[in-house]
Amino acid sequence: MQISTIRRGLVAAAFVVCAPLAASAQDFTPENPECIAPANPGGGWDFTCRQVGKSLQDLGLIPSTMQVVNLSGGGGGVAFAEVVNKRNDDDDLIVAASSATATRLAQNAFPGNTMDQVRWIGAVGADYGVIAVADDSEIQTLPELMDAIKEDPTSVSIGGGSAVGGWDHLKVLIAAQEAGVEDVRNVKYIAFAGGGEAVTQLLAGSLQAFTGDLSEARGFVESGDIRVIALLAPERLEGEFSGFATAREQGIDAIGANWRGFYGPGNMSDAAYDYWVEQIDTLYDSPEWKAVMEANGLAPLDLQGEEFEQFVAESVQNIEELSREIGILQ
Amino acid sequence: MELMSNLADGFAVALTWQNLALALMGCFLGTIMGALPGLGPSNGVAILIPLAFTLGLGATPSLILLTSVYYGAMYGGRISSILLNIPGDEPAMMTCLDGYPMAQQGRAGEALALSGIASFVGAFFATWGLVLLAPQLVKVALLFGPAEYFALFALAFATLGGISSTNQAKSAFAAALGLGLAMIGVDTQTGVPRFTFGEVHLYDGIDFLVAIVGLFALSEVFIFLEHRGTDQDISTKPKMVIGRIVPTWSLIRSCIPTMGRTTVLGFVAGVLPGAGASLGSFISYSMEKRLVDRKGTFGKGDPRGVAAPETGNNAAAGGALVPMLALGVPGSGTTAVLLAVLLALNITPGPLLFTQNPDVVWGLIAALFIGNVMLLAMNIPMVGLFTRVLLVPPRILMPIVAMISFVGIYGISGSSFDLMVMVGFGVMGWVLRKLDVPLVPVILGTLLGNEMEVNFRRAVNIANGDYSVLISSPLTILLWTIAVIGFVLPILVGGLIRRRMRMARDAEGGVRD
Repeated sequence: MQISTIRRGLVAAAFVVCAPLAASAQDFTPENPECIAPANPGGGWDFTCRQVGKSLQDLGLIPSTMQVVNLSGGGGGVAFAEVVNKRNDDDDLIVAASSATATRLAQNAFPGNTMDQVRWIGAVGADYGVIAVADDSEIQTLPELMDAIKEDPTSVSIGGGSAVGGWDHLKVLIAAQEAGVEDVRNVKYIAFAGGGEAVTQLLAGSLQAFTGDLSEARGFVESGDIRVIALLAPERLEGEFSGFATAREQGIDAIGANWRGFYGPGNMSDAAYDYWVEQIDTLYDSPEWKAVMEANGLAPLDLQGEEFEQFVAESVQNIEELSREIGILQ
Repeated sequence: MELMSNLADGFAVALTWQNLALALMGCFLGTIMGALPGLGPSNGVAILIPLAFTLGLGATPSLILLTSVYYGAMYGGRISSILLNIPGDEPAMMTCLDGYPMAQQGRAGEALALSGIASFVGAFFATWGLVLLAPQLVKVALLFGPAEYFALFALAFATLGGISSTNQAKSAFAAALGLGLAMIGVDTQTGVPRFTFGEVHLYDGIDFLVAIVGLFALSEVFIFLEHRGTDQDISTKPKMVIGRIVPTWSLIRSCIPTMGRTTVLGFVAGVLPGAGASLGSFISYSMEKRLVDRKGTFGKGDPRGVAAPETGNNAAAGGALVPMLALGVPGSGTTAVLLAVLLALNITPGPLLFTQNPDVVWGLIAALFIGNVMLLAMNIPMVGLFTRVLLVPPRILMPIVAMISFVGIYGISGSSFDLMVMVGFGVMGWVLRKLDVPLVPVILGTLLGNEMEVNFRRAVNIANGDYSVLISSPLTILLWTIAVIGFVLPILVGGLIRRRMRMARDAEGGVRD
C-alpha cells in the first residue's frame, strides 16, 4: 500500500512540475489553490468546493490539488468575516457561495459585512426551485395550492430545508405574492434541517407541500413518492425534467434559482481575479462539467466576472425588498 | 433468494485485493481516530475524503474505505473511554461509566476485549438488519412526525435521571444546563439569534464536538494540573493493572442477553434520522441499567455496563446507514458526511439507489461484513498494544491529550473562536466535576435539546397552536406512557429498593458503605 501511494505521489509530483509548462502563458498561477467551504463537510458549499476543485485538477486548469478548508459558522458569516478581515489580499483563495449567501447579505445576517467587500468570480450552475406535493395529494397544480392557502392559510403547512427567512421560505413567498395572496406573512412555513428531512415529513403526512431545490427533490420524484407541481424557472428544463410545468406557464410569474458560485477576497489582484474568472469560465464550458451538472441536477447559469457581480448585486437588492415587505427585515 | 444473490454479487465486488486493502487500511485508521479524543467518526471520515479523491478511487472503493473508517471509529472510541475515562468519540461516552471503573479495578484488558466482542455483535447483526430491513424500515421512519420525535426525546430525558449519578437532582441540573446551552444560536423557526451577543461565531450554536472535548478531555487536563506533583496523583495512576486480556466464557455468557437486547435497541435508534449512535448507546445503557442492575453495580465496573453501550452504538452505526442509503436522510452526523461523498461521486442516494446502483450498495454492505471481521481480529490481539497507553505517565499523556484536543477541534472548523469555547467548556467541566455534577447529561442536553425544541414547535405550529397534537397518535401516547413510567417508577420504587438493598447488605454484614 505504502509503495503504491508513494508511486502515485511521484506521478502526481511529475504532473505538478509539467503543468505550468502545459498551461498557457498566465500572468498569475496560484501556488496553493485553496477553497473555503463555509460549512461543515456534507453541505452544498462543501460539494461546490470539492467538485469544482476535483474537476479543475482533472482538466489541468490548476497546477496542484485544490485544498478544501471547511470554515463553518454563522451560515457562512464566519468565513465571510475571515476573508474580509484576515485574508483580504490572498490571491490563491476562492470561497464557495450560493443564493443563501446573497440572502444573508441582504438581510444583514453577516453583521457589518456587505457584498462589495469581496470580488464575485463566477457561477458554476443553478439549482432551480420546485414546489412539490406528496404523490397521493389532491392538489394538482400550483394555482390549486395557492387557492387553498387563500381560503385558509392555517390548513396548508409548507416545509423546506432552510430557516425562516431563508431561501426555501422566500421562494414560496415569491410564488404566493405573484399568485395574489394578500398577506404573505400568513403562509405557514415549517423549517427543517434539510430538504430530505422536509420531504420525509411530507411523505409522513405532517406537511401539505414542500419547497426546495430540484436536486433535493429529484430522487423522490423518480421513485414516485412526490410530485412536482411547479418549477420556478423561466422556462422548462431539457431532458428528464422536461415534464415539470413552470410556475410561469401556470400564470404565476415566480422564478427562484439557487445559484452556486464563488467569491474571492476584496483586495485580490486583478491578475488573480482574471485568472480565476477564466478558469471557472473554461471549466463551465467543458463537457466534463456538463456531465457533473447533469448528474447533480444543476441547470445552466453561465455568468462570470462582471456579469456575475451584477447578477449578485441585483439578487441582493431583490431579496432585501422582499424581506422588508414580509417583515423579516425592519 | 434474490437477496442472497445480491449479497453474493456484493461480495464479488468487495473481495478484490484493492478493496480488501482499503478496508484494512480504513479499519486501522478508523480505530486510531476513534481512540484519539476529539477525533470522532465524522471528522475521521472527513479527513480521509481528500485521500480517497487523490488516490483516484472509484465510487465503491471510496465508500469501502470511508465506511471502514466509520465502523473502525465506532470500535476505537471505547479504548480511551475505558483507559482514560475520556470518550474517544461522542457515542463512546456511556462506555466510560463502567469501562473506566473496570480499568481501575485492574480489569482493563477484560473490558477492552469484552467491548470489542460487544462491538462486533452489534455491528454484525446491525449489518444483517441493514440487508434485510433497509427497504421496509424506510416506512417506519415515516411514522415519526414532529410530535413523535418530541415524545421520543422527552422519553430520553425522562429516563435520564439515574444514569450517571446517584443524585437525581444533580443529573437534572446537568441536563437543564445542557438544554440551556442548546438554545444558543439562530433559532431556525424564526431566524432570530438567541444568546449570541452579536457574536457571529455563535450563530450556529455550540458545536457539540467542541463541548464534548472541552468538558471531557480538557477538564481532565485541568484536574491533572490541579493535582500536579501531589502524592495522590503519583500513587493512583501507575497502580492500575491491565489484568487478563481474554475474558472468561462465563463473563461473555453473562453479557449475551444484554448484547441481544441492545443490538435491537441500538439499531432502531440508529435508523431514526437525527438520533444516531450517541442515542443508541445512551438508550442501551439506561435500559440495561433499569432491567438488570439489581445490585446497583452499574457505574462501578459492571461488564454488562460495558457491553450494553458498545453493542448499542455499533448497532446504531449500522442502523444509521439505512435512512442514509434508502432515503438520502442521514441518520447521524457521520452518515451526513458519507452522504456528501456519495453526492461528490455522482451517486444520488434515495429510494432508487438500490435499483440503480446495486453494485455500489451491495458491494458496500459486503465490505461492512468484511471490515467487521477484520476489526474483531484486529482488536482482540491488539488489546495488549492499546493497553500500553496506560503505561504512559500522565505528565506525558496529558500534554498529548491537550494537543490533540486543540488540533482536532481546530481541524474541524478552522476557527480559533471554537478553541476559546472549548477552553471555556474545559473550565466548566472542571468546576462541575468538583461539585460532583455528572457531565454526560450536560452533553445529552446539548445534543438533543435543539432537535427536541424544534420538533415541539414544528408539531404545535403545524397544528395551529393546538397542544393536544402532542398526544394525538397511538405512537405518541405509547412513547409518553413509557416516559412517564420511566420517570415516576424510580421515584416510587427507588426508595423501596434502596431500603431492601440496605437490609440485604446488613444481612450479609456488608463492608461497603
